[in-house]
Amino acid sequence: MTEGDRLLAITRDVPPGTPRAMPGQSPAIAPAMATTLQPLDVAAIRKDFPLLSRVLHGKPVIYLDSAVSGQMPLAVIERMAKYERDEHTNVHRGVSTLSQEATDFYEAAREKVRKFIGAGSVKEIVWTRGTTEAINLVAQTYGRMHVKEGDEILLSAMEHHANIVPWQMLAEEKGATIKVVPMTDEGELILESLDELITDRTKIIGVVHVSNVLGTVNPVKEIIARAHAKGVPVLVDGAQAVPHLHVDVKDLDADFYAFSGHKLSGPTGIGVLYGKLAHLEAMPPWHGGGNMIRSVTWEKTTYVAAPGKFEAGTPPIAAAIGLGASIDYLTNLGLERIAAQEHDLLRYATERLSTLPGLRILGNAKDKASVISFVVEGIHPHDLGSLLDGEGVVVRAGHHCAQPVMARFNVPATTRASFAYFNTREDVDILVSAVIHAIELFK
Amino acid sequence: MSDPRELYQQVILEHNKKPRNFGKLEACTHHAEGHNPLCGDQLDLTLIIEDGLVKDIKFQGSGCAIDVSSASLMTGAVKGKPVAEAQAMAEQFRGMVRGELEPGTQTPLLGKLTLFSGVKDLPSRVKCAVLPWATLHAALKGEAEASTE
Repeated sequence: MTEGDRLLAITRDVPPGTPRAMPGQSPAIAPAMATTLQPLDVAAIRKDFPLLSRVLHGKPVIYLDSAVSGQMPLAVIERMAKYERDEHTNVHRGVSTLSQEATDFYEAAREKVRKFIGAGSVKEIVWTRGTTEAINLVAQTYGRMHVKEGDEILLSAMEHHANIVPWQMLAEEKGATIKVVPMTDEGELILESLDELITDRTKIIGVVHVSNVLGTVNPVKEIIARAHAKGVPVLVDGAQAVPHLHVDVKDLDADFYAFSGHKLSGPTGIGVLYGKLAHLEAMPPWHGGGNMIRSVTWEKTTYVAAPGKFEAGTPPIAAAIGLGASIDYLTNLGLERIAAQEHDLLRYATERLSTLPGLRILGNAKDKASVISFVVEGIHPHDLGSLLDGEGVVVRAGHHCAQPVMARFNVPATTRASFAYFNTREDVDILVSAVIHAIELFK
Repeated sequence: MSDPRELYQQVILEHNKKPRNFGKLEACTHHAEGHNPLCGDQLDLTLIIEDGLVKDIKFQGSGCAIDVSSASLMTGAVKGKPVAEAQAMAEQFRGMVRGELEPGTQTPLLGKLTLFSGVKDLPSRVKCAVLPWATLHAALKGEAEASTE
């Protein structure tokens, strides 16, 4: 028996199909979910994703990188192709049947987003290019209006660059300060620090719903309640949350909620900013141009109401329609069933990876989404990433656009596997074997 | 080379584990810091140049196996060589890992360093192999910093 076989044997001590508990978590949750829900037919679902049949370096692709970008099912790809082939024109332009039709599809997608996140009105759904643009929009409009010299912007220690840099740019412009909510070694925010950190100078709080590095699901509802008790609005970065959780912006009482289409089994180039209508109405426009105006003269221009005033120029119409189709696809599968499948994979992968020598998982929050970051002693994450790639296993190796998180855990980078509803326990097994091969090579 | 694993030969793995010329020359005449912003790799190179020769060279820093083994093998290869030859080696190495020069015939100065030629098939890792050489190039030109950005 080789060292690798021995490791495989050790890590396979639990027969597949056995419900698994995460360390420190009650095992009661998962089996209860599994018994009340009809599990997903993953074999059938996989047929919707042509990329999963590709071969890399002579090996079938094992796609464990949905946190970087989710794969689009054929239904989404074909819906976008149909628009480009049979329906392509601009929206909100003129009286032609084609333009009206495209506008209807485009606006129907906005309604799907509204319903998906539980917003009260489509007026609260602003199309953006993605999460990054949505946060920049808020920083450059709401932020510029409210943040003054000496004010404070409060962010969490587990933000990625998209929810740091726009605020740093604003702080620099205004002479404001960034403060940071710390986290524990397990990767949980220290909420007790909020009382001290939220001061009468705090103008806005930015917090990630699900950490892209640690997988932590933050208690954003509680954070928002505590912020609101002191009159401070909260922007939630939901890029990694919407693919895994049922998000209800009204229940959360979020002031702003941002996410991207491509992490939600949709296309790149489209994203969403949800904002409470009162905020959006009070905010000045951002980019100027067509589509966002009511009337233009040389003397004065007036603007349309939200969300139009934030949507200058021709939008990514196919992408918006595609995002609507991806929401349909996910809704048909059922978010609870998706969550059950992903949690099973998370538990299984956590258990198997934890047994490997020298492997350390970063982020062991009690409430976690299907993202596992890890480091292996003596193997740089980029080497591990290349070696896994050689076995067809697609993961992310790097700093995950979250360098302050890397610094917090004193690592240059991590290797991250992220699981989607089309992944299987066999995918996890192949990942674990590939990591074992790398450990053996570097021994 | 289609399989990334082929790059991780024993020589590379061994130099990664036990890098040669690791450390810092306090009495250096030349010095540069190299950064690979994409990976976060960083390298601190110190040299003593006397009479046009690389009398001594050391490096320290952190990076992936490709980066560390490249630095380790580079320091061994240029030590004792004329500065002009070290610069020519840097040029050949850069050309080889970018796939512009045929390893061996077009890189006569590199010797066993041709074992890095497979990096050309891993575009995301070319910068890792080149970082030590880019840093050497900067140090010899009297520049304080090199970046593979």
